Amino acid sequence: MNINGAEMVIRILIEEGVDTVFGYPGGAVLDIYDELYKHSEQINHITPCHEQGASHAADAFARVSGKVGVVISTSGPGATNLVTGIANAYLDSSPMVAITGNVPCSSIGKDSFQEVDITGVTMPITKHNFIVKDAANLADTLREAFAIARQGRPGPVLVDIPKDIQKATCVYLPKKPRYPVYRNENGKEAFAEAVKLIKACKRPFIYSGGGTLVSNATEELLALAERVDAPIGSSMMGLSAVRHDHPRFLGMTGMHGRYAATQAMAQADLLIAVGTRFSDRATGNKIEFIKGKKVIHIDIDPSEIGKNIPAFVSLIGDVKTVLAKLVEELPGMRRAGWNQELAAIRNSPDSRLKMPEDSLNPETAIRAVNRMADPQTVVCTDVGQHQMWVAQYYNFSRPRGFITSGGLGTMGFGLGASLGACLADGRKKTLLFTSDGSFHMNMNEMATAVSQQLPIIIVLMNNNTLGMVRQWQTLFFDKRYAHTSLERQTNYIKLAEAFGLEARQVSELPDLQPALEQAFAAKGPFLLELIIDQDDKVLPMIPPGGTINDIILKA
Amino acid sequence: MNPDEFILSILVNNESGVLTRVSGLFARRGFNIDSLSVGVTQDPKLSRITISASGDDYIKNQILRQLEKLHDVKIVEIMPGNGTVMRELVLIKLNVSQEARVGLMEAVSVFRAKVVDFTNDSLTLEITGERNKCEAFIEYLRPYGVAELCRTGLTAISRGSKTLKYK
Repeated sequence: MNINGAEMVIRILIEEGVDTVFGYPGGAVLDIYDELYKHSEQINHITPCHEQGASHAADAFARVSGKVGVVISTSGPGATNLVTGIANAYLDSSPMVAITGNVPCSSIGKDSFQEVDITGVTMPITKHNFIVKDAANLADTLREAFAIARQGRPGPVLVDIPKDIQKATCVYLPKKPRYPVYRNENGKEAFAEAVKLIKACKRPFIYSGGGTLVSNATEELLALAERVDAPIGSSMMGLSAVRHDHPRFLGMTGMHGRYAATQAMAQADLLIAVGTRFSDRATGNKIEFIKGKKVIHIDIDPSEIGKNIPAFVSLIGDVKTVLAKLVEELPGMRRAGWNQELAAIRNSPDSRLKMPEDSLNPETAIRAVNRMADPQTVVCTDVGQHQMWVAQYYNFSRPRGFITSGGLGTMGFGLGASLGACLADGRKKTLLFTSDGSFHMNMNEMATAVSQQLPIIIVLMNNNTLGMVRQWQTLFFDKRYAHTSLERQTNYIKLAEAFGLEARQVSELPDLQPALEQAFAAKGPFLLELIIDQDDKVLPMIPPGGTINDIILKA
Repeated sequence: MNPDEFILSILVNNESGVLTRVSGLFARRGFNIDSLSVGVTQDPKLSRITISASGDDYIKNQILRQLEKLHDVKIVEIMPGNGTVMRELVLIKLNVSQEARVGLMEAVSVFRAKVVDFTNDSLTLEITGERNKCEAFIEYLRPYGVAELCRTGLTAISRGSKTLKYK
């Protein structure tokens, strides 16, 4: 069947099972948008205020749904506005296909209007990218893009389609989408080595990362913990894979991890690292981090083995597949001594850092929101102190229930992400925790939440400062608050109302509950501004490059 | 070769931008390229890149694993020091008068180099060989005043019937 390139894009999207795309129209994608118009019953297109918002939405859509997120933008500024979102998806291994229009092939390289070499720009932040210069290759290139985004360690792929290719005639022959099939490819010896280490160790600790979520391996991870009789700690990216109240779960480890998790990891003589890349935020001082420990590293990406932390044994492959096989090979074990030590760590006063229960502060606020929300609710964050507080205090109860910017640490991620998360979750009530700093970056997307009538509760913790940077300035720069004290006079309530949201400000704890009831009763988006102290700190904190011995428990 | 130097042979798709992907990877991950040569193979769909790089086992392993992740890279191999033929081609232009050329012609013969261009006031020489030989030749020529020097970078191929194949 002869169709034009623009229709081919739509056909391939449908073929690949895409029902929602995020994008922004413009000169170089007019043909694609014309086809989106014609196919609006099959593909729901969401128009944000800025391409960056669309890219974060597509990223979050992918993380919640497990499907490939799709974002479309025009050439030039449209394409460059995607860059932060693509980098964010790359660092957090989120499967995304970005489709950009470009000037016609004959105009490429002439510095034409809205021309930018987006494949050049995004080369280091994509798994792969393509520019299609022959319409005959368009269909298979798009199919390949989806296959690459999904395969192995997921990530973003960009396809740049010049305008003449969108107009060119091509032949559509339907094909089935390619989904990865994983088999165990590790030899018997590798498993035997792993089993030997696990049997020989006294204090095993399972350290789970984002790979556990990508691979939907919660069940297998818990089975391993049961078999080995080991506690589970999580990187920030791994949060929500294990229920917060699971008896084996100690919480997040690392720079702002829970004391019990970080201390237990430090005491361990064997780390079973699952789907994680040992980010510097998670390990601190790498040499001290591995002293007295052996590491079994399980990951789908062979380049992660030994990249940040040397591994005694590596098992490469899909986490779910490898864990299932490893559990099969392991006899049941019991470790009374280690469990006693763990109980002591859990019961240590340092494990019970609490903010005052009688004031409005990050902990009382997050816990109150948590109590009101359905356990299945997806929680998004922006980046900064509020993000760490949510990671610490929110009780995650479902895999893929925590959507945050990990590797890139993108302030401004949250609002766009909450749009995608909410849509991927069937337009259910979705939470966004943000702060005055992050929110100011991309707050324009309130307009999108309103136009789509998405039931997102924006919990904005306002301390009128860039809190995380201020915390570092307090602790490490003798309180020289260089450009972090914001003298902004933003009236968030009027602002939200101007955008068409309901909104409410709370500055005292007793007013919180009624405000939450109003927020949860709202049909559309709701902004809840919470006034918090600018010197509330994220604790514990292990200073960068430090160890558990450097942990800061009190401000 | 330095003890921490190694030669990588890489088969890649013969498409535009692939060299940027490979060299960009080295740049952004902080790996050094000492020399690089590239050309199409017997299969016009594939190019072969030969990179001379240096680093410890950690760097060597990371370079291999990261290169293998590039979509356009079909196979990467570290070429063993023995069992590999390594060659580089050097072109050297000397602006020398006719009288000064006597000793030069002797060196050309001893090093089995070639004269590729010859004018009243200049002489261009070509030498092919392993790096040490090329460097020795260049060193020998320095006193004559090297006006221009071009090196292709190393290229390498296995001895015997072994070839670089990918699945």
